[in-house]
Amino acid sequence: MTGPALISVLAVWVVGWFINARLAVSRMSDARIIRVLVPVIFGLTLLLIWELLVRMTGVSPIVLPPPSMIAERFANSLPILWVDFEQTIVKGAMTGYVIGMICAFAVAVLADRSDFLTRGILPVGGFMAALPIVGIAPIFVKWLGSDWESKAAVVAVMVFFPILVNIVAGLRDTSAMQRDLMRTYGAGYWQTLFKLRLPAAMPFIFNGLKIATTLALIGAIVAEFFGSPTVGMGFRISTSVGRLALDMVWAEIVVAAIAGSTLYGAVAWIEGRVTFWHPSQRK
Amino acid sequence: MTADTVISAQGLNLTFQTNDGPVHALKDVNLDIRKGEFISFIGPSGCGKTTFLRCIAGLETPTDGTLSVNGMTPDQARRARAYGYVFQAAGLYPWRTIGGNVKLPLEIMGFSKSEQAERVARVLALVDLAGFEKKFPWQLSGGMQQRASIARALAFDADILLMDEPFGALDEIVRDHLNEQLLALWARTEKTIGFVTHSIPEAVYLSTKIVVMSPRPGRITDVIDSPLPKERPLDIRDSKEFIDIAHRVREGLRAGHVDD
Amino acid sequence: MKSLFPILTIVAAILVIWVLAVVPMNMHLTADQAQRDGLMVMPQTPAERQGYSGLGLSFANAGLIPLTYTLDRPRLPSPHQVAGEMWETIALRNVTSRQSLVYHGWVTLSATLVGFAIGTTLGILLAVGIVHNRAMDMSVMPWAIASQTIPILALAPMIIVMMGQFGIQGLLPKAVISAYLSFFPVVVGMVKGLRSPDAMQMDLLRTYYASSSQGFWKLRLPASVPYLFASFKIGISAALVGAIVAELPTGARAGFGARMLVGDQYGNPLVTWAALFAAAITAAALVAIFTAMERLTLRRMGMAAA
Ligand SMILES: Nc1ncnc2c1ncn2[C@@H]1O[C@H](COP(=O)(O)OP(=O)(O)O)[C@@H](O)[C@H]1O
Ligand SMILES: [Mg+2]
Repeated sequence: MTGPALISVLAVWVVGWFINARLAVSRMSDARIIRVLVPVIFGLTLLLIWELLVRMTGVSPIVLPPPSMIAERFANSLPILWVDFEQTIVKGAMTGYVIGMICAFAVAVLADRSDFLTRGILPVGGFMAALPIVGIAPIFVKWLGSDWESKAAVVAVMVFFPILVNIVAGLRDTSAMQRDLMRTYGAGYWQTLFKLRLPAAMPFIFNGLKIATTLALIGAIVAEFFGSPTVGMGFRISTSVGRLALDMVWAEIVVAAIAGSTLYGAVAWIEGRVTFWHPSQRK
Repeated sequence: MTADTVISAQGLNLTFQTNDGPVHALKDVNLDIRKGEFISFIGPSGCGKTTFLRCIAGLETPTDGTLSVNGMTPDQARRARAYGYVFQAAGLYPWRTIGGNVKLPLEIMGFSKSEQAERVARVLALVDLAGFEKKFPWQLSGGMQQRASIARALAFDADILLMDEPFGALDEIVRDHLNEQLLALWARTEKTIGFVTHSIPEAVYLSTKIVVMSPRPGRITDVIDSPLPKERPLDIRDSKEFIDIAHRVREGLRAGHVDD
Repeated sequence: MKSLFPILTIVAAILVIWVLAVVPMNMHLTADQAQRDGLMVMPQTPAERQGYSGLGLSFANAGLIPLTYTLDRPRLPSPHQVAGEMWETIALRNVTSRQSLVYHGWVTLSATLVGFAIGTTLGILLAVGIVHNRAMDMSVMPWAIASQTIPILALAPMIIVMMGQFGIQGLLPKAVISAYLSFFPVVVGMVKGLRSPDAMQMDLLRTYYASSSQGFWKLRLPASVPYLFASFKIGISAALVGAIVAELPTGARAGFGARMLVGDQYGNPLVTWAALFAAAITAAALVAIFTAMERLTLRRMGMAAA
């Protein structure tokens, strides 16, 4: 590495860190803008260092495209990125997510009436959730063809287990005291389910739904590595990697990051609306 | 302020800045505590009992006024290992045995291995837990856990014992028993004890001095010196003196309530 | 083991559904094969048979049902075929042979373990830094949390290629992917664990005038152990998935991922299925090892019953 490059990189780091260190111990450090500003400054510092490293040292921009090049590629490829997004996120991930969620709810409610079944489902579902389920992608591509249907199926299977386990665990979570209270009212199974157990289970259920958003994107993208039409984020990533068009790969990853945090944020937002009473939601 | 004053608070004020505006937790608190006194703080919740105890231990800094402990600032006193603090929950480490929990402050303060062992054995005997050294906290009842946490506070010979509703979560029978033991312990060790409680009988039974407090703003409304003898069997609670003091405490608490 | 019987029931139910599904899934292939072998098949031409569902065709040719379980290249292999393939490639092959799943498993597993070790070590160190330094906490923690919502696994192919450009191949690029996938869960979990002692416990240490390093070793670190194991279990599964996916788009020749791809490309589903199940068993074993270690450690620490 050359001298000037090293010095400027160090300088950027020191300046960025100095600002953050001051902000973090300042009297305003609990204020909302500071809480947002500090990580943003940190992120910008890293981007700047990345840019400088590529520009000032001999690293080829082909191997490690600088952020500016990625931004340019992103801006110039919006139409492609958009159709890839539709194919992978909307058709693949989101369809699969909804299917998996509905199946999980159906199975959970069916199994719920039997203590025997729930005791079996909890450990088996937890076990399945820890397995590398993405591996079923080649099989589903064979069965359902290479278009988005197979991706949605992979996603549905992947999200099914964590959601199922969380619903079942959540429905079991009410205390004996609360259930006895419902019984003193003469409430039946469905009344107890809708008035007590489902609301009480919501924090668990949303926990499962949040974990599942990330899994859905992973499933939809990775499944395309096993076969896809000539569109989709996973397809674009694997073909661009092959052509060493890494700026395009990064652009797709930016899309994936935005999609991932938006989906997660959306579920978390709904959660806040539904479980406003839970201690974790109160400020 | 006399020669044997251990804790002296003069014109103490403490205001918390909260999102809902300032909370005046302590207002103009003046109090001298002499060596060897057993002093109880009683009052409705939110009147600043905990806050005052925390100020004494240097866990909270007053906004205004002076507070000296053994002639030092609370911070210096903390460094000089002046405090044994007992919280409402025993707060024992689940990953340490009873002996290991009592040993914790000794390790932190750098006592030698042999002295650690000797002290652990001694204070556990003091709280009637000899033989439970190797048990884990969850193998003991709530009352025993609280006794272990008192042993932990006694282990390093702090001369001030601060107890914040230590028996608040226990049932009355266990509580009576522990009160008796605490008095015996106090007689044997001659420590200065600051004790927060909600219970009038408990305060009267234990203390040489009762401090009645009232909320919004938190302040002292009455200080009652107990005429009860040092030797106190449990049935002293049926005596006339006891009932008279209890009555005065109750009056004090009621007066504090009318104010707001 | 109150749950053993319910668990076995669920597993048995899944197996039964699987076995039943084999018939309709494979019936078209079976019928084609049977016709070539000169057997009577109900709709006589493949084109006509396409009009039937798998189920419908099965009813029309009930006699062919046993044959659906013995196809060489089934659409859905039956459990006994997968078990047979696994037995053959795990037990009957020399472990150094390219035909051996043990060999391929080790290729993936070694990358997983190296990456996991790197990722967790760095993750724990960063968590310690975050807990002790406010600037670090505010700068890094939001990104660590955000990383959990982003499919960072998608970076895998690029990392392989980038490192390949620098001449780094084989185990290391896969380990890097495993490392960053296990890194973030460990950071988040460990920070949570180091912060788990409540205000009262921290105050107690302050009354002793304990230093912050004493607070770390005597309170924060032991209190974080249960959280650490929870993140280990998440981290090791993520690391394994990372290593497998890292083998996919680059045409790796060894490893579970490579086996899945080979089975896929050469139309040999048994190979894919065997690799898939072997990967699942490996994942389950890794998680089981950490669960056992967790039990042992917590029991040693006296926290098991707490
Ligand atoms: N850390 C704090 N921040 C803000 N307000 C506090 C804090 N600690 C105590 N308070 C407030 O100060 C008042 C006195 O509290 P405390 O000393 O805990 O009362 P007590 O122990 O007598 O019940 C209460 O109104 C309480 O809400
Ligand atoms: Mg209090």
